[in-house]
Amino acid sequence: MKSLRGIEVPSKKNMDTQTFAFFGGIYNNYLALATAIDDAHSRGAEKLFCLGDLGAFGPYPDRVFPLLIENDVQTVQGNYDHSIGNGLNDCQCGYTDPRDNRFAQISYDYTQANTTPTNCEWLKQLPTEIRFEVAGLRFLLCHGSPRKTNEFLWESTTSTHFLNRLADEFQADVILGTHTGLHWSRELSEDRLFVNVGVLGRPANNGQTNVWYALVDVSVLQEKPRVNLKFIPVKYDWKRLVAEMQSEELPVEFQETIRSGWWTTCLEVLPAKERSRGLC
Amino acid sequence: MIATTSHRNVPSVELEGLDILWFQVSGTLCNLTCHHCFISCSPTNKTYGYLSLEDVEKQLQLSVEQGVREYYFTGGEPFLNRDLVPMIERTLEYGPVTVLTNGTVLKEAWLERLRLAAEASKFSLEFRVSIDGPTAEINDPIRGAGTFDRAMEGIRKLSAFGFLPIVTMTQTWEDSQSEEILNQFRKILIQVGNLRPRLKILPRLKIGAEAERTSGYETYEKITPIMMEGYDASQLLCSHSRVVTDRGIAVCPILIDSTDAILGDTLNEASRPFELTHGACYTCYQYGAICTNPSSKLSQDS
Repeated sequence: MKSLRGIEVPSKKNMDTQTFAFFGGIYNNYLALATAIDDAHSRGAEKLFCLGDLGAFGPYPDRVFPLLIENDVQTVQGNYDHSIGNGLNDCQCGYTDPRDNRFAQISYDYTQANTTPTNCEWLKQLPTEIRFEVAGLRFLLCHGSPRKTNEFLWESTTSTHFLNRLADEFQADVILGTHTGLHWSRELSEDRLFVNVGVLGRPANNGQTNVWYALVDVSVLQEKPRVNLKFIPVKYDWKRLVAEMQSEELPVEFQETIRSGWWTTCLEVLPAKERSRGLC
Repeated sequence: MIATTSHRNVPSVELEGLDILWFQVSGTLCNLTCHHCFISCSPTNKTYGYLSLEDVEKQLQLSVEQGVREYYFTGGEPFLNRDLVPMIERTLEYGPVTVLTNGTVLKEAWLERLRLAAEASKFSLEFRVSIDGPTAEINDPIRGAGTFDRAMEGIRKLSAFGFLPIVTMTQTWEDSQSEEILNQFRKILIQVGNLRPRLKILPRLKIGAEAERTSGYETYEKITPIMMEGYDASQLLCSHSRVVTDRGIAVCPILIDSTDAILGDTLNEASRPFELTHGACYTCYQYGAICTNPSSKLSQDS
């Protein structure tokens, strides 16, 4: 199931630091994606990556694709992309709560109906994993976890020794994923690192309207590679997004999340700690 | 990975990795005698006994090397074990903890200690409280007279101490009634202070007391090799989980009454494959690792 894609990372002989931007689930939020791409470029990111789940939740799915393609954003296939690309019946998010499933199906059906066949084909051919090496550090980019596209790695339900095991088994020094919707990171043994890059598609269930991506600087100091991770808040035109969701007749519950910064749907999968920080 | 034991034509499942470690902390001892209990727990069932704090501590240390992701405490009723609170406190230093309880014996002093431990940990402490319907009329005939009110009092206490319990119920109704019953449940839970109800429906496991209450599995309700073709074996709990008991390491918390459940004395010994011979394996096959929380459920391969 795993596909390996070697990515050429531009080497800058005269520079000590290389900068990479990692975007999580877009959920059709092309407005946040466009802002994040500009922001990443302004911060010197020389290579941009997206960790999958282009669809869901927001309006006009087809507007995401040209932004990714024209800006050469290397993209991993998420569970949503696999479903839309292969014409499946649902998003494979694995909800069991009837309410969560109802809302998930509304956004899935909308996204499926509004994604052109060409873009479906593009989703279908995406790799489930991207690997590259910088300054001797092995980067592994996945959607949920290195072993399973739709595995949730929440901060409060993932032990550090489990992440060490993944880093051992998958032979990676820096693992980056998304899928949960919430950004976090954990330092692992042997100076390794796990990063959940968050998502651009909806706010982080914290009452703020901004969304998040991850910026990683890699430098070499005294012949040792160093990784500097920053989570970047993205302020974008969320009012326009809400207006477009209204005109597309997407559920008011989705609009409310964009407007308020609090999640209103798909709450079943949140663990206790993450759930208790939210309002619903 | 799936292998077939050719002479019996029974598929077996290998342990791909030890993601979840269960502690059968109170053995088969429970203050209740539910008619649908899959291991017939009761106040007098001493088939399995209590684990000690030292037992848990030893396995926690070993679990680091195994890369265990999260820890579950079950029984019987875990809170009958007087060391449960320090066990949970200690485990929260290693990873996330889930406690499966009937909610009827909770003491506020314990919950205050656990609240502090949960706040200090970066990991979640989950409580799963078993209640089998939104009314005493549905619940009590199964779990015992007065148990609905006592469990709801447990929910009230957990909520008052800032926890967000997951109420689990064994489905004894038609699928079409589920949404109505869940809505009814949410209203009742909100009334006792559980303002963000979390609900999980479990299928019936037709073993133990439940086999006597209704009927056991039919002979055709077994997993065959052909059923495993193209099946994502990570859906089965035995592919990523083991249970620490006072009699050794068992394959899964559902099957501990089975003669083949104990796989060894140590986690390493118990890492051998398990043959899917049981009717309960068929239920796990159908519904997918039903014992796991929604936040950790491994959905079918995409």
